Amino acid sequence: MAALRHPQILLASDLADGEVLFLGANGWERDHRRARVARDAEEAGALAAFGKAEIAANRVVDVYLADVAVGADGVPTPLHYREKMRIKGPSVRLDLGKQARGAA
Amino acid sequence: MTAHDPALARPNAPTTTYRYDEYDAAFVKERVAEFREQVRRRLEGSLTEEEFRPFRLMNGLYLQLHAYMLRVAIPYGTLTARQMRRLADIADKFDRGYGHFTTRQNLQYNWPKLVDAPDILEALAEVEMHAIQTSGNCIRNVTADHFSGVAPDEIEDPRPTAEFLRQWSSAHPEFSFLPRKFKIAVTGAEHDRAAILAHDVGLAIVKNHEGEIGYRVVVGGGLGRSPFVGKTIRDYLPRADLLAYLEAIMRVYNRFGRRDNKYKARIKILVHEKGIDEVRDAVEAEFAAMDRSVFSYDPAEFERIAAFFAPPPYEAPPAESQKLRAERAAHPAFGDFVDVNVAPHKAPGYAIVTVSLKPIGGIPGDATSQQMRVLADASERFGFGELRISHEQNVILPHVKQDDLFDLWKTLDAAGLATANAGLVSDIISCPGLDYCSLATARSIPIAQAISKRFSDLSRQRRIGKLGIKISGCINACGHHHVGAIGILGLEKKGQESYQITLGGDPTFSASIGEIVGPGVTAEQAPDVIEHIIDFYLAERQEGETFIETWRRIGHARFKDVLRREGEDGADI
Repeated sequence: MAALRHPQILLASDLADGEVLFLGANGWERDHRRARVARDAEEAGALAAFGKAEIAANRVVDVYLADVAVGADGVPTPLHYREKMRIKGPSVRLDLGKQARGAA
Repeated sequence: MTAHDPALARPNAPTTTYRYDEYDAAFVKERVAEFREQVRRRLEGSLTEEEFRPFRLMNGLYLQLHAYMLRVAIPYGTLTARQMRRLADIADKFDRGYGHFTTRQNLQYNWPKLVDAPDILEALAEVEMHAIQTSGNCIRNVTADHFSGVAPDEIEDPRPTAEFLRQWSSAHPEFSFLPRKFKIAVTGAEHDRAAILAHDVGLAIVKNHEGEIGYRVVVGGGLGRSPFVGKTIRDYLPRADLLAYLEAIMRVYNRFGRRDNKYKARIKILVHEKGIDEVRDAVEAEFAAMDRSVFSYDPAEFERIAAFFAPPPYEAPPAESQKLRAERAAHPAFGDFVDVNVAPHKAPGYAIVTVSLKPIGGIPGDATSQQMRVLADASERFGFGELRISHEQNVILPHVKQDDLFDLWKTLDAAGLATANAGLVSDIISCPGLDYCSLATARSIPIAQAISKRFSDLSRQRRIGKLGIKISGCINACGHHHVGAIGILGLEKKGQESYQITLGGDPTFSASIGEIVGPGVTAEQAPDVIEHIIDFYLAERQEGETFIETWRRIGHARFKDVLRREGEDGADI
């Protein structure tokens, strides 16, 4: 089982409304805290394959894996500042995006 | 029949802008219906994203970092009050109650849903607006001087030309799949306020020795990854040849422009690699060989379009308003606003007002739906119901009577729209950057906000004088950083946001591309560095000298050196 440099989660955008989604244990979630974490290459491959199928099923677009760090509480936090922005919303409008709904 | 024919008058429609004829209305309506069907097919799954993407881009719909984004065209930056109100209504009904005015005189909604996009486009079509060709590899929204038709230094209003080009380029079958996007800007004045030298094609309205109106044609300008100042391909082009000559340029570009590498596909690369002389020879050969009859100039048609842009029915007030003089003296804050945001008008007793969308610490170019309505109301009450959007991301009220300026100012002030900083250091151009844009490599808005706050003292800003700071969140340069007197480019460096600073950019007829001043800095350091640069300029400038003049006189190395020394002195730059 090949190791990953960092654990990963799968991100996508909802086709109909464009909101950022995270693949969770039971399908797409809108809060990254419910994202399923891949800890090795096999698990990451499974996430990616699911994402590819979801693109083909026309439910999501722009699917990709992102590196995360997993906290003691099991919550994944993206390592790159781009994805840190995506889990919250614009840093200049805290009243908008997921952060406005209490996510992140 | 003229544009001022009462038979053509409609509620809230000023008499100074183009109005759709039956063909225009039918075309836009058909495009909405077509896109509605494309969206339906996408959502039901009969179109893949790969198939759908070109359709949505041709209708201005992007997928961004947090949501879709719809870019609405504001042709040559001209809006009616009715259109501005509709933009506000759409912001409330389909978005989050605000819009972002861009450096290409467009408006962007940051939160639309794909499922709502056809309804939004239909709402736009009802007020003669659309999002066609605001994206994709086609001829984009034609931009123009935001002081068109009212500037005292104007040779001719460029908007009829821009509208002429809009009609020519809209859904042009030969140019709908160009190697890359293609941007045209037009100015009709002695001073370039439309940055025409930074466009794929720039047109400057000029007169020849016989006094006939024509165009200086500039080609190959552009910013982005490889910035170039446009080069003159024709010193004087008769108006009668305009469409045919542009057609020849587009054909040469379409034939020889690179399609193997998107970063080398703009016409500026063709001009750079082949040289302007070789490109000119190819264009002239195409122009000579082509069947020009289909582009034959119909003066009556041009005049028909020009008539829409006829001056509004100005009154005849005194050239200098005594009322204004008294109110300026009595209200210093109003006096500051007039000094900075009000420009001379060609009609005696009138003024051009720049409404800054750059409040101190605010988001450059953003306006709430409520502010849009205030602006729409103000334009009707004080300015014939017409507004302009500048590429500097501000709103212009182009026909305000000097006697009305104080009442207008009070109206604007109550809505948070009276910041007296037009053209000053806090009137910063900024792209949305990584707060919204999926292409961005760093945030740009927070940098603009931090600099704006650092220079929040308006009297200090006035002492500094006119100074353009322009910020882009990636190398695509939507924030025009290359032509900022001070330019800031956000990049990723070792997994962190980093900001590269350039000096000496100029978007006007004396255009130049800024030069890098030193290593990248962090977001926290950026305001300090900008302040050091400006302090050095203030120490070195001679009487009446602008930043760019001082920079050109003393040289880039001096600025670079002072920053290096500041770094050595412990400023950690």
